Amino acid sequence: MAVVLIALFAVSAVAPLLFRRFGRASFYLLGAVPAAAFVWLLVNFDSFISADQSAAAGEPNAPPGLLLHWIPVLQLDLAFRMDALAAVLSLLILGVGALVLFYCARYFKNEDANIGPFGAQLLAFAGAMFGLVIADDLILLFIFWEITTILSYLLVGFARTRIFARRSALQALLVTTFGGLAMLLGLVMIGQTAGTYRLSEIMAMAPELASRGTLIDIAIALVLLGAVSKSALVPFHFWLPGAMAAPTPVSAYLHAAAMVKAGVYLVARLAPGFSGTTYWDGMIIGLGLATMLVGGWRALRQTDIKLVLAYGTVSQLGFIMLVVGQGTADAALAGLALMLAHGFFKAALFLVVGIIDHQAGTRDVRLLSGLWRTAPKLFVVAVISAASMAGIPPLYGFVAKESVLEVLLAGAHDIAGIIVFLGVLLGSVFTVAYSARFIWGGFASKPGMPATAFKAVPWSFLAAPAVLTAATVVFGFLPTPLGKAAAGFASLFPASEHPVQLALWHGPTPVLGFSVLVIAAGLLVHRWRAGFGALQSRVPALLEAEQVYKWSLNAVDEVSVWTTGRTQRGSLPFYLGVILLVALVVPAVAGLTNQTPLPENIVWFDTPAQLIAGLCMIVGALAAIRANRRFLAVLMVSVTGYGMAFIFALQGAPDLALTQLLVETIVLVAMVLALRVLPPPLWTLNPTGHRMARALLGIGFGVAMIGIAAAAMASRTADPVSLSFPELAYFGGAGKNIVNVTLVDIRVWDTFGEITVLAVAATGVASLIFVRGRGDIRHRVVEAEPGSVGRARPQPGGTRAAAALATARHFAQSAKDAWLVAGKTLAPERRSIIFEVVARLVFHTIIIFSIYLLLAGHNSPGGGFAGGLLAGLALTIRYLAGGRFELAEATPISPGTLLGLGLATSALSGVVPLLLGGQLFQTAVLEFALPVFGEQKFVTSTFFDIGVYLVVVGLVVDVLRSLGSEIDEKTEKRGLLSGGVRRPRRPVVQRAGDRQ
Amino acid sequence: MSVNMTLLIVMGVLFAAGIYLLLERSLTRVLLGIILVGNGVNLLILAAGGRSGLAPLYEAGTPAEDYADPLPQALILTAIVITFAVTAFLLAMIYRSWVIARRDELTDDAEDRRVASKDTFDFEEDSEVELETSEFPADIDDEGEGVHTEESRRAAAARVAGERLASELRQASSEESAGTNNKRRNRKAR
Repeated sequence: MAVVLIALFAVSAVAPLLFRRFGRASFYLLGAVPAAAFVWLLVNFDSFISADQSAAAGEPNAPPGLLLHWIPVLQLDLAFRMDALAAVLSLLILGVGALVLFYCARYFKNEDANIGPFGAQLLAFAGAMFGLVIADDLILLFIFWEITTILSYLLVGFARTRIFARRSALQALLVTTFGGLAMLLGLVMIGQTAGTYRLSEIMAMAPELASRGTLIDIAIALVLLGAVSKSALVPFHFWLPGAMAAPTPVSAYLHAAAMVKAGVYLVARLAPGFSGTTYWDGMIIGLGLATMLVGGWRALRQTDIKLVLAYGTVSQLGFIMLVVGQGTADAALAGLALMLAHGFFKAALFLVVGIIDHQAGTRDVRLLSGLWRTAPKLFVVAVISAASMAGIPPLYGFVAKESVLEVLLAGAHDIAGIIVFLGVLLGSVFTVAYSARFIWGGFASKPGMPATAFKAVPWSFLAAPAVLTAATVVFGFLPTPLGKAAAGFASLFPASEHPVQLALWHGPTPVLGFSVLVIAAGLLVHRWRAGFGALQSRVPALLEAEQVYKWSLNAVDEVSVWTTGRTQRGSLPFYLGVILLVALVVPAVAGLTNQTPLPENIVWFDTPAQLIAGLCMIVGALAAIRANRRFLAVLMVSVTGYGMAFIFALQGAPDLALTQLLVETIVLVAMVLALRVLPPPLWTLNPTGHRMARALLGIGFGVAMIGIAAAAMASRTADPVSLSFPELAYFGGAGKNIVNVTLVDIRVWDTFGEITVLAVAATGVASLIFVRGRGDIRHRVVEAEPGSVGRARPQPGGTRAAAALATARHFAQSAKDAWLVAGKTLAPERRSIIFEVVARLVFHTIIIFSIYLLLAGHNSPGGGFAGGLLAGLALTIRYLAGGRFELAEATPISPGTLLGLGLATSALSGVVPLLLGGQLFQTAVLEFALPVFGEQKFVTSTFFDIGVYLVVVGLVVDVLRSLGSEIDEKTEKRGLLSGGVRRPRRPVVQRAGDRQ
Repeated sequence: MSVNMTLLIVMGVLFAAGIYLLLERSLTRVLLGIILVGNGVNLLILAAGGRSGLAPLYEAGTPAEDYADPLPQALILTAIVITFAVTAFLLAMIYRSWVIARRDELTDDAEDRRVASKDTFDFEEDSEVELETSEFPADIDDEGEGVHTEESRRAAAARVAGERLASELRQASSEESAGTNNKRRNRKAR
């Protein structure tokens, strides 16, 4: 069983390769798989149908099963069970599947696009159907169910260049998926109520479940909704004729033999236990009867013979559903026979339509004429199958229909039973009439029409429908083997007193009389088709289900466009505003409605200095809003930053104060460097307005944050986790600076993640400015002409500016590089001797101090971050004093390398302890004696801090090189190129260094 | 736990000013807003850490409660450096935007606006399509020729496909013009 299932899917997976190699002949290879499986099925058939159908898995005479645990926690198992019902359906699935695949080898051409994927999908479909009928787990069943839906979408939409095919495929998908989702809901309800998802166990406890009342009633109704939509019952019937856009072999397989039978299968599967639930009769028998009549009525109006068959199929599906859903042993027997008969004749007829279309190029009854003469063999096949459909003896269709009528007549002792019986009789009249219409439309010689051009039909093309037709004939005379199989399924129901027999001749019974009557009436309807057509056109069309479907799709479109238009404005401030508003309103409402504790112990300020720093920050923040010059705004924001540093210092956080101070300075430099090319004025008026709303939102948010913070602090009762940190730091991390030990040891993972982010951000900055690559090429001083960097444009003679320029050049005219290596590369008017001298004097001192900070940081304020930032500041001074060549000379190692080295050092400091048998990032203390310095202690987490130091230096250098050097160079180049003409705004090419 | 109002009020002001700037259209001001909000968050963490205490430098014998809480400090230290990296990155983006488009300004996403004004008529879904009564319309054409070379077949298929595409396009354009006409008429009616 598992082998068959796996083989079907596995071969389908490699099918496209086969097609690339063998072309359309690969269909024979693919067909061989279900054919072999069919043989396996026949060989073991007896063991499937003779087993005790209701026996639980594991009992002696239970049907063969297979159980593989999949996700035991969720009770999801790969449970399979091959009982009589599954075996009967497998006959159709595997048998018809093989025949259709063989047929495809003649139907398609080698050069058809996508036949490889098509073959794969068709075979996989056979696998999914097989899995569906043998699945013994509700969820597994649903998975296969949906796989068939998806494959059906792909198969129906085979002609993907045609809008008609695409639309039909989507329609079928939406309708069946809708049902599928309802079904999933029902299956979960059943599974949860029963406490198991094993189908056989649920059926065993069905009587008890069915007595639970409403919940199970609704669950079953939902499952039936899935079955009804899949089997195209009213009101979902419209998708099936629509799906006729599929290639005809697909219609033969999916829409006659296999997929649409999935719904029937599900009803049959549930009927033994649940046919007594509240909504069962209405949904299955009521809708079934309506479908039978609507389908038959519609079939008589079609001019496309494929659509005649499609509506015929709708009608027949309603018929089969109605019978299987009766829930008695006799009806089960008759229903299964009817389903098999339908599989034989309808698949055969679809294949015949395919041949006609293929050879004649049309399926229109108004264009086809005289085919009975030009294609006699095809005609014979078609007539036999159509006769079976009409229920004419001695064919299997007649046998099945006789037994059905017998069952229904026996049940016609109340008003509902009589209505069903009469309805079925009327439906059967339609069936006979559209069978005749099919034969007439497809083959008859029509008066005044020349015979349609028709290519000869090769026997290999005709083989598949011929085999199916032969089955119709053979089982007409020998219905017993199939009857036995169906009887196996029927044994699940209470046995009836006078069991129905499947036989060709029952003697002169009333049912035979009804059959004759039906056939005669049907032929008469066909005889007077003109009058009947006029009658049909006079009956007003009721509400078309397809129209409702279109309306609902349009409504969904309208709603989604409307919603999108209201929410997706494309405006970032709008989105942010919505997010912030929600973030403001939800906690505020929660805080106001719940009993939020109010702070009791309010301190207005710790020290007066804190109050002053706070006031300065408030002024800075407000001034930043009001500032109408770019650099003024930047400076005002910096005020808040420096204020932060001050507050940190007052709060007992020396590390923070140090870091904030350094960062603030570097950020200020970076801002000035990056924004210098932008025009100095800054909009303070937002062009889109809403100023008041933004102010309110901002104030509201600020107030809410104050409230939330106060409430949170007032609610705090537990001791902080960090109470153990001092001991941990000193005894575990061997360091006195608790914050630093926290960073490099206690919470080292956080820090490692952070420096990774720093490296990424640095690379991002470099990439955004250099655009191509990181720009790691280092320029040397020798490449630059002395006095070439940052030359001011010559000023018109006689002005003050020109005189100032001349003076500056005169004073700074020195080619010597006494103080800075690259000082002479700067244009004379850019140089500041004092700055160069100072830079020269302090640079090394700062670098050494930064290394001290790094190494001493474990015990006193400092550490890798502070040290790295300070070193970065030293480099900033070099850059500002000596220009971009000075920076390049000062950093022999490229920032990319620095970042990499830093990350590698930190990572190694984590991994090495692991290699030495310790834990990741474990710290060790090395004690040793040095001459002069005496006893020394070295903690290995310092290596991690060295990595941090390198990364931070790399980041600062990247910022300086990108926002400084590269923008310098680009601006100079552009200035030269445009010659200073194309400058609508006043240029701001002033370097920050000039301020010194 | 005592609540220091100075810290909280400064934090609130930083948040308010930051968010006001964040909702601006000038990229520079958005960046300044982010920095202000960042400072506000740091202050919030600091305030939540409790009252000020001794600098967290271990001295033997000092009870743990006497130190300022080291954990929020470690978090803030990380946050300060990250804010620096983010600021640098945003600066680079502002510069890039200036170089490319000469604007320091947030503009609306035109693609989003287009979605909002989209017509609900969708050619794929809503156009009228004729029912097809054959999968092999090409074969009729070359039936008369009698010869079925590979090329004639392909040529016929290509021709049919071409015609179909052309008719679909024609249909689409006529539908579209009909749609705009309708709209115009509606506007006039209003």
